[in-house]
Amino acid sequence: MELSGGEIIIQALKDEGVEYLFGYPGGAVLHIYDAVFRQNDVKHILVRHEQGATHMADGYSRATGKPGVVLVTSGPGATNAVTGIATAHLDSIPLVVITGQVTSKYIGTDAFQEVDAIGCTRPCVKHNFMVQSVEDIAPVLRKAFYVATTGRPGPVVVDIPKDFTAPNVKIPYAYPKEVSMRSYNPVAGGHSGQVRKALDLLLAARRPVIYTGGGVLMGEASAELRDLAGTLGYPLTSTLMGLGAYPSSGEHFIGMLGMHGTYEANMAMHQADVVLAVGARFDDRVTGETDQFCPSAKIIHIDIDPASISKTITAHVPIVGDVKKVLTSMNELIASDERRVDAGELKAWWDQVNEWRGVNSLGYDSSDDVIKPQYVIQKLWEVTGGDAYVTSDVGQHQMWAAQYYGFDEPRRWINSGGLGTMGFGLPSALGVKLAHPDADVACITGEASVQMCLQELSTASQYNLPVKVINLNNRYLGMVRQWQEFQYNGRYSNSYVDALPDFVKLAESYGHVGMKIEKPADVEGALREALAAKNRLVFMDFITDETENVYPMIEAGKGHHQMRLHPNYGAAV
Amino acid sequence: MNREGRHIISVLLENESGALSRVAGLFSMRGYNIESLTVAPTNDPTLSRTTLVTRGDDRTIEQITKQLNKLVDVVRLTDLTEASHVEREMMLIKVRATGVDREEVKRLTDIFRSKIIDVTDSSYIIELTGDSEKLDAFMASVGDDNILEVVRSGVTGIARGDKGLKV
Ligand SMILES: Cc1cc2nc3c(=O)[nH]c(=O)nc-3n(C[C@H](O)[C@H](O)[C@H](O)COP(=O)(O)OP(=O)(O)OC[C@H]3O[C@@H](n4cnc5c(N)ncnc54)[C@H](O)[C@@H]3O)c2cc1C
Ligand SMILES: Cc1ncc(C[n+]2csc(CCOP(=O)(O)OP(=O)(O)O)c2C)c(N)n1
Ligand SMILES: [Mg+2]
Repeated sequence: MELSGGEIIIQALKDEGVEYLFGYPGGAVLHIYDAVFRQNDVKHILVRHEQGATHMADGYSRATGKPGVVLVTSGPGATNAVTGIATAHLDSIPLVVITGQVTSKYIGTDAFQEVDAIGCTRPCVKHNFMVQSVEDIAPVLRKAFYVATTGRPGPVVVDIPKDFTAPNVKIPYAYPKEVSMRSYNPVAGGHSGQVRKALDLLLAARRPVIYTGGGVLMGEASAELRDLAGTLGYPLTSTLMGLGAYPSSGEHFIGMLGMHGTYEANMAMHQADVVLAVGARFDDRVTGETDQFCPSAKIIHIDIDPASISKTITAHVPIVGDVKKVLTSMNELIASDERRVDAGELKAWWDQVNEWRGVNSLGYDSSDDVIKPQYVIQKLWEVTGGDAYVTSDVGQHQMWAAQYYGFDEPRRWINSGGLGTMGFGLPSALGVKLAHPDADVACITGEASVQMCLQELSTASQYNLPVKVINLNNRYLGMVRQWQEFQYNGRYSNSYVDALPDFVKLAESYGHVGMKIEKPADVEGALREALAAKNRLVFMDFITDETENVYPMIEAGKGHHQMRLHPNYGAAV
Repeated sequence: MNREGRHIISVLLENESGALSRVAGLFSMRGYNIESLTVAPTNDPTLSRTTLVTRGDDRTIEQITKQLNKLVDVVRLTDLTEASHVEREMMLIKVRATGVDREEVKRLTDIFRSKIIDVTDSSYIIELTGDSEKLDAFMASVGDDNILEVVRSGVTGIARGDKGLKV
């Protein structure tokens, strides 16, 4: 089979089993778009802004575990994609982003729409490739998919000069079956000696905690984690990124940890003597002040990326390996081990944890007059049976979504944790809906965040993607306002969101349904109505309490045991 | 936390465009200190060898080596300072050589076992190889007033013994 460069790209995507290509055309990728036109296997989704394309591909990937694929033109196409690439990078999401480049002989001449895409993306990709010839295209794409999806996943950019995609040069096509790279060898199973050491610690613990993260989802190891937690019976907490790997309704779950984690999770971490970290990276939002983090714990850390281990917090027993393999061998070893933690001591530890839980750190004052944002999320959970895919933007609404929508299954909770990218919620929801057309997909957002990628409402109409947008409209950059209230004596510098659009009319102008909900009594009915409209995108503008804050909270410089609690909850502590 | 030590990290890198900028970019992006960096192809033309001199406490150096290893273009690396090794740096230095100084510079060149490789009426170019302190000492002896130009290669090094850093 003889193909042009443009055709090779599309054929390679078919050979990778790619369903959707999220993109936006332009001069440098016209040859590729011509190849897109002449086939029907890879479906192209035309976005309204390249940032939207990267977030859609990212949402698709988070909801399926498959890589997300993006095609953008050179120059502004590439730079518009950078925010989405960086978002995927910080959360370790596999993307393959193809950027067009100017014709090879003009590279470096400040040619029309030339930007050094390799240089621009270098700090925020797992790897990037500059294609050097037509012959290069297939093997480079093969490597790109391989690097993006193996080891610690991440985005890979492939920059392709226009002349290599031209229709007049055709070469024989064969997609490489094998890929081997001497400089890239992701690790697999963990060292068995280390696993045994970990068990010695775990089985002799008196106040153990299992702390899990996004790596459990990436490594598809929910079942193994549930087994382990079931056998050991230890309290288990999760990062923002790991929610759903272990069910929120599970008997050992003590809530999220970290800055806006529960009191019981953070206190348990603070008092723990053994912490088993599984696919989590000790982010500063999790640890709080590192000097005060887990002062009396021995730390076991399972991670596929050696650089994650002992980066911010020293691990006493490091285990470099894939979480699924390591947990499997851990489960096997425990099964054949007679040692168990003393039941009496474990019960005493649980009694302590339950006492902290009694503080009810997620309590909030309900109201009949003004809609409380937490209440909307609890109602959404009820109405969707806790079974929706939920994406979010960044801010207070994101934290409330994480705290009050109990995720019981992996890959249901989709948000930008590492980069914290406002604008992520809506496009990522569209990517999720493409992946799971029959599922309920809700985007929990704020009136500020949603305006950052609002134009994708148009993409949603074009491809009929009926997601439900839950806009928690507090008329404020709420998260910013909260910090200004706590740390700047209420000087609300530029955090009031003025001149808001009429979201109902706005949604309608794109052909969607708009709803404005102002009374607590209307919340549930509105949600039911919106979810019943299976084939319509419904934009629900909930006018919420502008004074509400996210509690509990670890403020800057504080440790896990020094949480700021809601003034009306936990005051006794 | 221990004191900041000096480390020489030797890296075998794919000899591909962009590979070196990934290494350099890593240091600036993560705020690691970099004292010198040298790079050139090896006997295997698909590989280049980079030598980096950096400073940091043990945790920083551990992160540096892990982050370097994570770069897809890095094939192998070693911290030379962890074991017995040889290090060398080369300097080309152009010095004023007039009047009485002309003889004095010649004498210094002999003492430091270096070579004069170019001569004019008023200047010498001297080639000098050794560890970095030796080069520093030579410059101090010549004195700033007499130095017209200096170019140093940066440190390169190799581990002692019969094992090699190769693929
Ligand atoms: C406004 C805001 C507030 C936030 N507040 C909080 C908070 O209160 N609590 C909180 O937890 N986070 C919070 N975050 C998120 C935080 O910034 C980090 O994104 C998050 O804590 C990181 O989660 P993680 O440790 O699970 O790591 P991830 O980023 O999910 O990284 C996964 C880790 O697993 C490893 N891994 C990947 N694949 C595998 C595999 N197959 N096997 C083994 N290991 C693997 C990776 O190498 C990596 O180290 C907040 C973010 C925002 C924007
Ligand atoms: C692109 C981007 N710019 C700025 C920020 C900083 N930031 C974090 S939360 C936030 C406010 C978000 O407001 P809104 O979407 O209304 O959510 P709320 O906090 O009110 O729920 C801002 C500005 C960010 N995370 N991303
Ligand atoms: Mg807001």
